[in-house]
This record gives sequence, structure tokens and C-alpha cells, in this order.
Amino acid sequence: MKILLSVNGKQQSADVNAGDTLLDALRANGFTSVKDGCANGDCGSCAVLIDGRAVASCLVFAAQAEDYQITTIEGITGADQAYHPLQRTMLDAGGVQCGYCIPAMILTAADLLEKNPNPSRDEISTYLVGNLCRCTGYVKQIDAIEMAASVLRGEIDD
Amino acid sequence: MTEKFEVVGTSQHRVDGRALVTGKPVFVDDLPKRPGQLHIALLTSPHAHARIKSIDTTKAEDVDGVEIILDHRNTPEKRYTTAGQGFPEPSPYDARMFDTKVRWVGDRVAAVAAHSLGAARLAADLIEVEYEVLEPVLSIDAALADGAPVIHDEADALDVWDAEQNIAAHVVANAGDIDLGFAESDVVVDVTTETQYAQHTPIEPHVVSSYLDDNGRLVIVTSTQVPFHVRRIVGRLLDIPIHQIRVIKPRIGGGFGVKQEVLIEDLSALITIRTGLPSQMVYTREEEFISSRTRHPMRIRVKLGAKADGTLHAVLMEALSNTGAYGTHSLTVLSNVGSKTLPLYNKASHLRFVGDAVYTNMPVGGAYRGYGATQGYFTLETAVDQLAEKLGVDPLDWRDQNHIREGESSPMFAALGEGREGVEQTITSSALEECIRRGAERIDWAGKRGDKRPDGAWVHGVGMSIHMQGSGIPLIDMAAATIKMNDDGSFNLLVGATDLGTGSDTVLGQIAAEVLAVPLEKIVVMSSDTDVTPFDVGAYASSTTYVSGMATQRAAEAVKEQILEVAAEMLRTEVSELELEDERVTTSDDRTVSLGDIGLRSFYSENQHQIAATRSCVPEISPPPFLASFCEVAVDTETGRVKVLNYVAAIDCGTAINPKLAEGQMEGAIANGIGYALCEEIVFDEAGRPKTPDFARYKIPGPLDLPRLETILVESYEPTGPMGAKSISEIGINAPIPTIANAIYDATGVWMTESPFTPEKVWRALNQR
Repeated sequence: MKILLSVNGKQQSADVNAGDTLLDALRANGFTSVKDGCANGDCGSCAVLIDGRAVASCLVFAAQAEDYQITTIEGITGADQAYHPLQRTMLDAGGVQCGYCIPAMILTAADLLEKNPNPSRDEISTYLVGNLCRCTGYVKQIDAIEMAASVLRGEIDD
Repeated sequence: MTEKFEVVGTSQHRVDGRALVTGKPVFVDDLPKRPGQLHIALLTSPHAHARIKSIDTTKAEDVDGVEIILDHRNTPEKRYTTAGQGFPEPSPYDARMFDTKVRWVGDRVAAVAAHSLGAARLAADLIEVEYEVLEPVLSIDAALADGAPVIHDEADALDVWDAEQNIAAHVVANAGDIDLGFAESDVVVDVTTETQYAQHTPIEPHVVSSYLDDNGRLVIVTSTQVPFHVRRIVGRLLDIPIHQIRVIKPRIGGGFGVKQEVLIEDLSALITIRTGLPSQMVYTREEEFISSRTRHPMRIRVKLGAKADGTLHAVLMEALSNTGAYGTHSLTVLSNVGSKTLPLYNKASHLRFVGDAVYTNMPVGGAYRGYGATQGYFTLETAVDQLAEKLGVDPLDWRDQNHIREGESSPMFAALGEGREGVEQTITSSALEECIRRGAERIDWAGKRGDKRPDGAWVHGVGMSIHMQGSGIPLIDMAAATIKMNDDGSFNLLVGATDLGTGSDTVLGQIAAEVLAVPLEKIVVMSSDTDVTPFDVGAYASSTTYVSGMATQRAAEAVKEQILEVAAEMLRTEVSELELEDERVTTSDDRTVSLGDIGLRSFYSENQHQIAATRSCVPEISPPPFLASFCEVAVDTETGRVKVLNYVAAIDCGTAINPKLAEGQMEGAIANGIGYALCEEIVFDEAGRPKTPDFARYKIPGPLDLPRLETILVESYEPTGPMGAKSISEIGINAPIPTIANAIYDATGVWMTESPFTPEKVWRALNQR
């Protein structure tokens, strides 16, 4: 069946089966930055923003996502591929290893910083509880989110 | 001894960083699908031990979209090993692509390729298999018992140590006289530990896609640590000449050893060859847990004998490794239990290591970061703490008295290598004393050791352990690098080395940039494509920074020589008069040409030739990185829960080529080790079926489960390494189990000898005091 998805501000028609998850539909339509790590809602690597809120897209049916604004990492990357502060600080802080979990982690962090511009490390850890990473010990990713928060608050230059 | 570097020693952004943070399609499953691509689903054994009496695929074949079904009747019968190691592989040839006997729950029975994944899965479910169920062998003890069922009763397996006794591999190594050593010892301790089944859980599961190129050559794009071994093993298994196969590793989502196995490439390759169609296979998370590879569970005994003054005199280590259904890495992981641990305390002159790797009808052990050292250090470092206590000395002081130092050797280096005798070596760099001192200071060892600071039901403790690993496999590993110069003064660096997310593309680029006096962005790094890049054994055994790094440095130095020769012609002077710095070659009287001018001239005007070089490295020694690991725990005496409050890892990896990436290696390894110490475990039912095949039941650490891990990079300079570097990737994972066990003892007076230290186990131990 055909559904209409609004991804990164653009309406697009997606051909889906009734049981397809939003994860399936996004990947099938070229949004491969959304990763399939477990298809069970455990690892968080499929997280996207739905109306600004980080959600595991493997736990949402594609058809349920109609009428919502979906944002993937492509949607927060600036024009001409300019980095969002979180993208730059992830690299500055050394928070990226294999990178598989990174788009979802950046989106989750963007959701957090929208709600709480000045989170403590504990608040960041708590917000990232659904994002598993096996390469790092989360230290540098939390560093990166703290740095990005400072940039977004205008305290340090990007 | 340290040199001044410009690019090396700086935390450059990863060369693949932009693609990764912007979510570009760089992983296997992200790449554009080829028309007609088949999807592959696997049918695996529900029984731990059974013979296949018959397979009926009639109903499966009728499913719309099914193209081909593979099972033991239509696939090569030859025995091989899935272990992605050098040739000839030190692992026994005890597996078939599909066998008539299944040996663990998760073993392959059949594979279906169809035009949709749904059809492939449906068809796999419709395959009817009749099994003759055999008695399963579900523990080391059961495998070694008199009259135990023989797991590998096939006649054509090769290089199994003793199939009748279910022993895949056997290792023994001696130095001195162990009996005399204990007879001469004043204080003796004897400790046995057991470790559990654990899985690597890269967040990207195994994934492969294959296709035939326009000339009919087979192209395999795969998430692997060992592209050249994949090419060789698939070629031999399927009788395809190597020149007809190209293996490409794009970005991959973590490996940790589990992708040092050729687990699914053979299926995709054969299906593509038989059908002529592209094919793809992705493990589900459940398959990743059940049908891939694990860390070998082990029971290890360590007996230490010391003189009254504390000097270690005798060390006996006995290891029993559960290799599961197949012997992949069984010999070499077992060897490393001893070879990576016993040289650390070289004051002992009487040493013995003996071990067996035992077949069971359980998941297959494989390479897993740490590679046997993880299991060995649990026992050794627990025994050391017990010995220090018996001697009445601080375990930190005891370690300081007995560990190996720069300029020293151990007879175990020569006696025990990886699956064979080792290589003699003297420690050419070590800052372990400094690691111990700085780690102890940071954790406040003097202030906190022995102070339980009770807080309600909670008590506190600090523990430590020290470690060494290696940098590659000496006289076995080989890495090569090619560098060619472009007409703008930039360079292409082509390496067979395999970046799993470790950052090796970046690290190798930094080494080349340093020698060639250019910024990192002038080095275009291309890795892991067997058609394009020179050979490298791949990413394992902590080899890449040291071995591939040295190949890269040599190639860069050879290119630099060629550059200076051209510059000498241009500047009408001698090479000895020239300096290469800041992208220019300059004479002592300040005449200068840029690298761009040199590159352009060599392409288009005079003495035209390609400035390029390929160099290889086969390491003669394996210089160990050293680690002093400290942690502080709180133990809830009512529930048995253990919380790691602080963790400090002080590491000597020689020169840290990229400090943030080096710290990242330590943090990730320590985090994984903390999971292994406290919660990660594959649990089985009475029939050998795994009960924990997802992240909800197999718990890996999330951000709330870890303290802020602190890494202290303690510089040393390894004279045989590239720019003074040693490798760092594995060592950290060995530390948390003994460090936490020793901290739990400091807090509670209870020795934990079976990992993981779950609340239930700790509670039981506390209540059995």
C-alpha cells in the first residue's frame, strides 16, 4: 500500500506492506542512515525524531507515522553538508568509532538539548539509556553532547 | 627518546568521520541494491546434537520467489575452518559448509535464497528435516567424562588433537622445573576460576552481499575483519581461483573478533555463483547471538609459589577451554591464555602451562578481543592478590616487585607462542611502573584500600590488576602498504589493513602524513579492497597500529627518498643537502620546491615516472602494551549488587598516534570488560538452547551502567614501532574481571571466582562466608 511520509520536511510517498515498520520504510526509501541493529527496540540505532522526539523506528508501524514530522540525521545536517554542532563535537571529542550507532545517538541528543539546553552528565546518560554502543564507553559521546550544548547556548564557538 | 611530531600525537578527526556523522550509506546493507538481488535465510538446528536423517525441501521450493536451497546434499563436502587466520590455519578442519550432523543449537541445516526476505524465511520454515537426536554434551566435564558421546566422529576432519576424547587442541609449555619450583617456594596459593559464554554483539550484525561483475568475477562486499582471508577461504572452499574473487570491506559496524570468522560469505558467494544473481545475507540479532561465535568459556587453575621475600618462584597454569561445536581458534586462544599472561611476572624461573580445548555441543568459541588473555588474567591476577595477602604485602607493592621491566625477558616468550612455540624477545619499552604509580594516585589507592566506608548495607572497596598483551603475531603476521604521489603533492595510501571502527585508516594516514610532511588531508586513505590494496592479514591480535603502521612508515620513507631524488634534480644539489618539511623540499641555502611542483614534474615534464612505493612488515617481536587497572566498587551486602564507582586505566601504548582514538580503544574495551565481569552471559536451558538471544535478556552496558571511565595515556617509546607506537586495542578488556574481583574482596572479604559477578552470585558468596 502507499502511504505518505513527511521526512526532513519533505512529503514523500512510500510503498509499504502492512506489517512494515517505520525502520523498514525509511531504509527502503533511501534513508539508510537509520540503522537496523536488533529490530526489537533494544539497541536504539534506528532512532529517529518523530515530531522532535527520539523514538525507536523499529517499534512504530510505517502506517502509524503518517501525519507526523520525521527527522533523520540528513534532516539536521545543514545546507552544503555543514555540520550540526553535535556532528562536529562528536568528531572533536573522539566520540565516533565504528559510527553505526552515531546518527541515532546524535538525534537523541538533539532531542535532549531541545528540551534541556544545559544537561548534566547524568541527565545525558539517562537520556541516552536506549542507545547502545559497543565500541566506546560513552565517555566521549557524553563529552561531545556537553560541548555541543555549550555551542548551542552560544558559550563557545562552533 | 621521543621525537617531535607534527601530525602524529594529535587527535585528528577520523578520515571517515564526515561520512559517519552525516549518516552516508557506507555500511554493507546501506549500499545500493543490485537488480534481482536475492535475500538469504538460514535454517538452523533446534537440537544440540543430532544426525540429519532426511531433508525434504519440496514445500519450500514451492514458495513464490524461492530461487535456490542449499543443504548438505548440494554443497561442497570438504572440511575447512571458518577461522579467518593466516595459512595454513592453526585451527582444525572440522567443519563442512553443511554437514550431515549438527553439533549445536544454531548449527547450519539449510539456506534459502529468494527474491524477498519474507519468502526466504517462509520457505526455510517449510523445510522438513528428520533428525536422529543424539545425547548432547553440554559442559567441559561431560565432554571429558568416560564414555562421553564423540562430537567429531567424522573420518575426514584434519588436525583435531584427539577427537575420540573430544579434545580439539592441546598445549603444553615448560620453563625450568615446576616441581622443584614449588618445593623451593615458601608460600603457595592455588586458585581456580570459571568464565562464562559471552558474545561480542557488534551493533551491526554480520552482513554480506555478493554479485558477479561485468566480466563474471565474484565480488563479495562484507562486514569482515579479514578481507584477504575471506578471499582465500571462500576460494578454497568453493574451488574458485583467487583471481576470480574480489573482497571489499566498506565501513563496518564493529567486530571485536567475531568478524574474524568467515560465517556467511560462503553462502552468499555460492548462491550468487549458482544463480548468477546478486545475493545478500544479514544475521538477525538472534542469529548473531546463537549462530555466530562467542568467547570460549574456560576453567583455569593458577598455582603460584613465592619465596618468603615475596619473589615469585613458580607458576603453574592449567586451562580447560570450551570450544563448543567446532575448533575455530581453539588452539591459538588456548595458547594465549598462557603466552600473554605468564611473561608478565618474569621473576619466576619455574613455569608450566598446560591446556586442553574441549568440544561440546554448545556455541562455537571464536576470536574475541583479548583472545584467551582475558580468561587467563582473571585467574592470574586473582591469584596474585591472594598471594600478596598471604605474604602480608600490599598487592600493588608485590606487583611492583615482580613484574617484567624494560630490558628484561621471560623464558615463556620463546616457549609459548600462538599455536606453536613463541619468539624470544626482550621488552624494548615499558612504562608499567609509571602506569601503576599514576593509576594508584588517581584512584587514591593509599587512602581507600582497606577502608570499607560502610553506608547502610553498602560497603566499598578498591582493586587493581596489571596486564600486558602484544602488538601482532611475530614472524606470522604480514602487512603491506602502498603510497603513490599525485600531481598536487597529495598521496594515496593503500592498505590492506582493516578499519573496524578502530580508526586505523586515520592512524595509518597520520603515520604517512608525518613522514611525508603533509597535513592528514593530503593523505587519501583507501583500505581493504583485495583488488586494489596490498595484502594485510587483517585486524586482529592488536596488529594494525604496530604491523600495518610499520609497513606504512616504510612505504612513506621510500616515497620520501624518491621525492628527494627528484627535488635534487630540480634544485641541482645532492639529496643529502635537502630537507622535507611543510610540504616543501628545501636546500640548506633556502632554495625550495613544493611537493606539488615535484608531483607535477614527475607526471608531465622531466624524468617522468610515478613516485610510489610498496613496503611490507613482518614483525620479529610483539612488543606488549602495558596496563595498570584500578577500580572502586560499592557492594550491596543485602542484595549482592556491585556498582563500579570509578575506573582508572593507566596505559602504556608507546606513542599514542591519535590520543583520542587511543583513549577510545581503552574506554570501549574496559566498558565491554565491565559487562563481561558483571552481567553479560548467554544462559542455556537443559537441552543446550540459549535463553538470552536479544539485548533485553543479554545485557550489555548502557551509559547508565558505567562510571566515567578514566584513561591515562602514559607515554613510552617503542623503538621497533612506527613513530614509537605499540598497539592498544585488546588489552583493556582483560582488566575489569580481576580488577573488580579484587575490589569486591577488598570490600567484602569474599573472592569471586566465577564470572559474571551477578547480584545472585555475590549474595550467595556473601552468605556462604
